[in-house]
Amino acid sequence: MNGSGIKIKATKDLHYICNFNCSIQVICWRAVASIAWAVLLLPPITLVFVIISKFSFLHPIQTISECLYLLTSASGIFSFILLCGVILIVGFLHLEYYTVIPTIACSKIALLGQLLHPRHFINSLVHCFMGVIVAWCCAVTMGLRYETLGYPCTESDGHPQMCLNEYHLILLLAGAFVGFSHSLLGVIYNMNYVSFHTVQQYKYLRFKRCLPLVVKCSATQALYSVRNYIVMYLFLGKCPFFMNKISVHPLDSIAGLLDLSLLYHLWSSATFLLLTWNITLLLFRIFVTEVYSFPVQSSFTEDSHQCLPKVLTEKQPMILKFLALQDLALLSQHSPSRRCEVFSLSQPGGHPHNWNAISKECLSLLTDLTQRLVAYHDTVATNGRAKSLSSGSERKTSSETSVTSGTEDLMSPRPVFLMKTPASVFARSVAGTPQSPLTSLFTPDLDSPFASPALRRLTAPVDQCSPWYGTVQSPHIMRRAPKLWSTSTDSQVNGSPTPSPASVPSPKPEPSKPSFLAQFLQNRKEQVLKPCHKLPEASSQALFADSQAHIWALEGLSYLVQASFSEDQFGVVQTTLPSILSCMLVLQEAVDRHFKLPHASSKPVRSTSSMGDSTYKTLRFALRATLKTAIYRITTTFGDHLNAVQISAEHRKRLQQFLEYKE
Amino acid sequence: KLHSRTESSSKAAFLDHSETLWMRMTCKHTNSPVIDAFAVPKWLSMSSGCILALLRWVSSFHGSLFPHLTLSSEDMIAEFSQVLNWSDCVVRAFAWHPHTDKFAVALLDDSIKIYNPKSATTPTLKHRLQRSVAAVQWKPLCASALAVACQNCLLVWHVDPCSLSTRPSSGCAQVLSHPGHSPVTSIAWSPSGSLLLSASPMDSTMMVWDVAAESCVPLQRVGGGGVSFLSWSPDGSHVLASTPSALFRVWETRMWTCERWPCVKGRCQSGCWSPDGSRLLFTVQGEMVIYALTFTDAPGQLSHSGPQAAAVVADLSETTFSTPDGDIVVGGEIQSLVWDPRGERLAVLLKGDPQAADRPAIIAVFKTRANPIFELLPCGFVQGEAGAEPRLMQFHPNFQHGALLTVCWSNGRITHVPFYFVSAGVPHFGLSGSPLLPHPQQRPADFVNQSLFTEFLS
Repeated sequence: MNGSGIKIKATKDLHYICNFNCSIQVICWRAVASIAWAVLLLPPITLVFVIISKFSFLHPIQTISECLYLLTSASGIFSFILLCGVILIVGFLHLEYYTVIPTIACSKIALLGQLLHPRHFINSLVHCFMGVIVAWCCAVTMGLRYETLGYPCTESDGHPQMCLNEYHLILLLAGAFVGFSHSLLGVIYNMNYVSFHTVQQYKYLRFKRCLPLVVKCSATQALYSVRNYIVMYLFLGKCPFFMNKISVHPLDSIAGLLDLSLLYHLWSSATFLLLTWNITLLLFRIFVTEVYSFPVQSSFTEDSHQCLPKVLTEKQPMILKFLALQDLALLSQHSPSRRCEVFSLSQPGGHPHNWNAISKECLSLLTDLTQRLVAYHDTVATNGRAKSLSSGSERKTSSETSVTSGTEDLMSPRPVFLMKTPASVFARSVAGTPQSPLTSLFTPDLDSPFASPALRRLTAPVDQCSPWYGTVQSPHIMRRAPKLWSTSTDSQVNGSPTPSPASVPSPKPEPSKPSFLAQFLQNRKEQVLKPCHKLPEASSQALFADSQAHIWALEGLSYLVQASFSEDQFGVVQTTLPSILSCMLVLQEAVDRHFKLPHASSKPVRSTSSMGDSTYKTLRFALRATLKTAIYRITTTFGDHLNAVQISAEHRKRLQQFLEYKE
Repeated sequence: KLHSRTESSSKAAFLDHSETLWMRMTCKHTNSPVIDAFAVPKWLSMSSGCILALLRWVSSFHGSLFPHLTLSSEDMIAEFSQVLNWSDCVVRAFAWHPHTDKFAVALLDDSIKIYNPKSATTPTLKHRLQRSVAAVQWKPLCASALAVACQNCLLVWHVDPCSLSTRPSSGCAQVLSHPGHSPVTSIAWSPSGSLLLSASPMDSTMMVWDVAAESCVPLQRVGGGGVSFLSWSPDGSHVLASTPSALFRVWETRMWTCERWPCVKGRCQSGCWSPDGSRLLFTVQGEMVIYALTFTDAPGQLSHSGPQAAAVVADLSETTFSTPDGDIVVGGEIQSLVWDPRGERLAVLLKGDPQAADRPAIIAVFKTRANPIFELLPCGFVQGEAGAEPRLMQFHPNFQHGALLTVCWSNGRITHVPFYFVSAGVPHFGLSGSPLLPHPQQRPADFVNQSLFTEFLS
């Protein structure tokens, strides 16, 4: 029965390959082209590395002759071939591991789970191994004392023996360490995430622009890696297991390691390794995200699966869907002739199949996001209420990490569209923790006469007030919190009965509790639980992880609607205009509500000196801006004609706000 | 206000100090071998002296190639701003909202006021980093976002149109900055509202900002020594970017490639696009003519069918007019050009000569006609009250009855000058026009200069 399952899967695969043969080929060819360019760029980089590693101020002529000798020697050529092989493998690993939707770990434990995932672990091991190979090539290139692993030496009693060359060993291990840490950092910083650019540029110009950045990143990353490696080597060198090695120059002392030339060689080879890999990654990203122009319609039925409306609706592979959406956004903006094809009617029958397929897919994408946001918001609201007690007290005592519970197990009820976040695996175990009885035990006693009235005011109302939950840092909001509470509109919207502030059951510990011990225990507990806590705003980032697709859908729809005002001869757009408008307005409402949540509108810290692409961190802001612009684009184009469109009264009111430029 | 001033002064003092310390150190090393305790090897002092000399030589060479690099940032903004005599001008920048009847005015004290005839509140925007405002522009297809070009950065304010607050907090402003990209003298939003361009004469790269993500893509080309003025064509397909040297570029915005246009005499001072983005008018410093470039192609194929040379469309050499007050000489160099959104009126701000009383700065208005051939027909002059000279002008983006020119004068007044005419071509894009503009109550100078209009109707 296992066999039949495999067979079904195989036929499915075959079908899928047949369907997407050409399109898949496009991606593969792009990857191959990027690898080829990386291999072509290898000789100049290697040359620069050879010159840098061999250069001496005092003998410039000798340097050049040595370099020339090395480049023509057999070992030099062999190591170069090895390097090419490494680049090929790195390139294919990129093709295997790349993703257009980043995986965002919502807590530190989830991140750990991601790192230990077999898939990533194998990746790390392969990188480790390739690091050794590159380091060996570097050792051969640098020559001198690094060249071989063993060398003949004489023992104290006089007979010859082979000794271990620790300089060679240290270089090889450095290669392994740098390779391993590179792949670990790749998981942490989402280096396999491929982002698309808002500004289109030719590949060469883009590469030229990014090259200095890559060089800088590689050099700094190499510096940190070498530093960590030296520290680790120093400590491992003290281990008895490693002490057994036979070596003339012991390098396990601080003095032995503080050899400037050794450090320089370590750093330069680590830089060389990282530079070649990062350039491969850069080229891969540039090639894969290049705009691809899909035909809108084809006159032959056998080609119809390559057409834009068809590709848009397919779920897999994701990159094709993204490329199709990007193409849609661009064609709707720049290409009148292709827009004309979108608005055209099918020849026998006269149905606007193209427009229907495109608008349906875009609308379903947007609706999906709306549902996701609403589900998230509901979870946050109910959670905040149920756990108001523990979360409130905990937040008050823990100073900075104010997001504790409340936002915990939000991953699960969300529609599992495209989400590969492994966080959900851990969500269960995480969710239970903060409600431990310990928490309630150590809450400050609000009813005791010793608690100041200010403190009481601070804790009581804000706990239940979910929209402002977690934003207590601002005194501005603090003042408003009681008022919000008293109106209690919020609770009615959510449909759950609210306890009045007076009836909040507050725990009654001993009034004369030794606060010293309490404080100590609290701190311990926080340190233990810290890895389980949600990282701030990570869940918000995870919600919008694939929002690049939504941004393009919004742009494509709004530009097409704008163009339809003058270009749509048959009025095909008019029929869908009400649903487009209401879909956008509903999404707008959901997004507005989401941005009122804590940490949703806080800006992420920008990291510039890393190869990891952090575009996904700001996607939600981009989506909000694009959504507003898209609605304005439609209202500005149609103006008062929108009054004739059939939409609900509530939406009409909202639309009127846009028409008067008051949003 | 006070706060910002003190900060700037302290910063300047700090820089000065470090510089003098460095100078003192080098002086000491080279001149006083007396102190044995700090005696450095002779070769070190020699080589450091050599390196210093080399650096100075290189920087002076660079400075002689691009003289504007030696200017202070205030002087540089004054030099490259579209405002006439920016440094003593009360109104430093002005921007109409592209869709509604509201405008933003940047004042001499670095604050920005937003006037809206439909609202009683006039929000005042102040920010610690908002100094030496060179330009402001509203984001298209958005009600609230206002980009401000400042001395050290770029600010994007989000002013809620429904808010009753008169002092939006500085938390409403996004700060966009990039090392080496200051002072910012020109900004331009893409007409679709998605991207923002910024330019600095100190920086040879032009920044394309994705404002929501606060990320930028630098676009660099060798030559020119900086970018001083930007203008995005209304259809969004091209961008004019002029440099401080005798060279300007026209970028196409699909793949962001550019065409180089070397000028003979001076730098490109100002430029404006026709509404359909097919024609670019520009002026060159040191010349008294207006040039035109015509782009007839589809976007994306700029280099294939673009124009080969610029054609002269108007000669503004000095001419003497006799008026009741005596003869005045009109003509000469051009400060800025603006074209009304329908493409029927062109306003030209002539620099004049501040020393000579009979050569005032004046605005000349032309009628433009595209068919059968492109031509400019003189229409009239706009002159202010006695002693007031025009500094800055802009057309209202959607005035229903013709064109409305807003002029900022040297005495701090802002006047609206309407031109009523029946449009010859098809109505402009967008059916929802604004209603007839109510004149804001604090503009008493309206129609003061009616006598100078040559005509109201065409």
